[in-house]
Amino acid sequence: MKRTLSLIMENEPGALSRVVGLFSQRGYNIETLTVAPTEDETISRLTLTTSGDDRVLEQITKQLNKLIDVIKVLDLTEKTHIERELMLIKVRAEGEQRAEVKRCVDIFRGAIVDVLPDVYVIQLAGSSSKLDAFIEAMSEAGILEVARTGIAGIARGAKAFRV
Amino acid sequence: MSSDDELMSGGEMLARALRDEGVEVIFGYPGGAVLHIYDALFRTNDIPHVLVRHEQAATHAADGYTRASGKIPVVLVTSGPGATNAITGIATAYMDSIPMVVLSGQVPTNVIGEDAFQETDMVGCSRPIVKHSFQVRHASEIPGMVKKAFYLAGSGRPGPVVIDIPKNTTAPGEQYPYHYPKDVRIRSYNPTTRGHGKQIKKAADLLVAARRPVIYTGGGVIQGNASEQLIALAKELNYPVTNTLMGLGAYPATDRQFLGMLGMHGFYEANMAMHHADLILAVGARFDDRVTNTVAKFCPEATIIHADVDPTSISKTVNADVPIVGAATQVLEDLLKQVRHLKGKKDCAYSSEAIDRWWTQIDAWREAHGLWHAPRYQSRSDDIILPQQVVEALYRVTKGEAYVTSDVGQHQMFAAQYYRFDKPRRWINSGGLGTMGFGLPAAMGVQMAFRDAHVACVTGEGSIQMNIQELATCTHYNLPIKIININNEALGMVKQWQDMQYGGRHSESTYADSLPDFVKLAEAYGHHGMRVEKLSDLEYAMTECFSQRDKLVFMDIVVDPEEHVYPMLIAPNGSMRDMYLSKTERS
Repeated sequence: MKRTLSLIMENEPGALSRVVGLFSQRGYNIETLTVAPTEDETISRLTLTTSGDDRVLEQITKQLNKLIDVIKVLDLTEKTHIERELMLIKVRAEGEQRAEVKRCVDIFRGAIVDVLPDVYVIQLAGSSSKLDAFIEAMSEAGILEVARTGIAGIARGAKAFRV
Repeated sequence: MSSDDELMSGGEMLARALRDEGVEVIFGYPGGAVLHIYDALFRTNDIPHVLVRHEQAATHAADGYTRASGKIPVVLVTSGPGATNAITGIATAYMDSIPMVVLSGQVPTNVIGEDAFQETDMVGCSRPIVKHSFQVRHASEIPGMVKKAFYLAGSGRPGPVVIDIPKNTTAPGEQYPYHYPKDVRIRSYNPTTRGHGKQIKKAADLLVAARRPVIYTGGGVIQGNASEQLIALAKELNYPVTNTLMGLGAYPATDRQFLGMLGMHGFYEANMAMHHADLILAVGARFDDRVTNTVAKFCPEATIIHADVDPTSISKTVNADVPIVGAATQVLEDLLKQVRHLKGKKDCAYSSEAIDRWWTQIDAWREAHGLWHAPRYQSRSDDIILPQQVVEALYRVTKGEAYVTSDVGQHQMFAAQYYRFDKPRRWINSGGLGTMGFGLPAAMGVQMAFRDAHVACVTGEGSIQMNIQELATCTHYNLPIKIININNEALGMVKQWQDMQYGGRHSESTYADSLPDFVKLAEAYGHHGMRVEKLSDLEYAMTECFSQRDKLVFMDIVVDPEEHVYPMLIAPNGSMRDMYLSKTERS
């Protein structure tokens, strides 16, 4: 089962490598991972997606909590939450295809951020499945390059997850 | 920071911080990146330093020191090879949850990452085997980092902490105000000490209602200094106790309620009791694979209460029915209080008749195959020495009072089985990592902590050669360790497995023709060497060895090379009741 975990941790050198190292060391997999400092620059927020049964996930959560740099761990999967991912995608856009690609971008509410005679660079944000669908839609036009950020997540409601 | 803080260089701050922390000994080896630190120690400090002959030995010596004394020592090594040589010892300490602070030199900050001379990424190399690590960015950070390192190493589930120190941050030229913090708070680190009240109640209810209970405890009770509380609870309930390899000495071995060690080479009665138990109280133990055998067949009828200071240990391999996160002393105290409260009630479920019936069963197991009930080994001829007899002689001569360190292999198991430890912190071995070469340097650490105590290193001719150079350190500091070398001219445990599972093909496990003359070797370092080949000489020689209070004695004892360690759990797919009991018998 796919899980989305959110971590609040010290914005210290080496903190990220401890998190990533834990996953490889104990044989857990990471599907996506994003990290950046928060409004408090001593703190980083990390969102990662992984998979495993309840038992594995319990261990992952405990092991993450045990890392000295990790302040809090939240399993977003258990809560109603919002997940967003950003993608930059470079696609071939020439001849008749050009208008078709543009239409598709509009349908998906993306934006063309770089225009060349035969190529568009498109920016698209949304759930991971929406991004997957857009990639599928572009496959005929000809995808040159894809850069995805991995998801960032936050729980719904007024309650805040912070130090 | 106040205006009267003394100005110091980074090196001086480090030396002073160690003194302010109360460090009583440093085990180390100098080199380029730590020259400033060594100079500061030389000029400003009064902490004794033990110059080892290999950095691995520094970590094992520190490890032995803390296992025996409970005090946290410091390891000081240089960058690059100094740091990587320390890795095995750090991993050994990590696996057994031993507190230790390791200071490793590093190349100057401005050349980090340039593959400078003797550069290695120590924080990266040690990351999976430390509780935490720091790299100094500026000299002024040093006192605070030292304080945090000791706090982290010794609290919660203890473990090794590394501070990586670039050479420029200890340079004598630059000075900063020194201030050693009184206490420390880390917002992301709050180890639980007290078990949850509801869980304690639930556990106590189950405990008194048990009919076939076993108390199973590990290294956590030793490290957590909870032996007294364990004894009190076991006595209150009259329940049997078994200890893991790491937990020996937590419950007095000569007490009737002690079942011996459990697990792979555990006692028949301990393994049988575990398998047939209806309740297991596990404290400071981690259901290691050397204990459980096949997890799916582990204790099929038991409800499991598992108390540990580290939540990751609970339900990691075996699911706990009642998990309790807390320190061993506190949890055992709270359990005892609650058990007494329940036993005071009229309708208490506790049944001393049921427990008596359980003891009758356990005594029958003891009588059948218990290692301490009757000799379970047989000599092939009258004057050939068996390894078990060596440990028994050691036990008799030292009256069970020695600190015993061991290396890894058959001799380690024989020592664990036949030396009856009545006190905690007397049995010092590498349980988790299984590090050959641990025994001699660990014994040095123990002897540094207790200068007048009998310290025996039970080893084999394989393990002892992995850190044999430390005989020089023993000369240097007059450490009168007694080395009990159980010499079977082979890597005995490897050979045993090859006998049992590989058709007796001894692939790379024998080397009889290239063994050194250990007596001459010991003498070359200025020690006393003895060789014992006949059983009739053993007792006298052992007495003679321990009568030499001021000298290191190396006893090279030739034993039967054919002897195997039993009992031995049958793997794969066996449960805890499936054991080989000798070369011809199984349970």
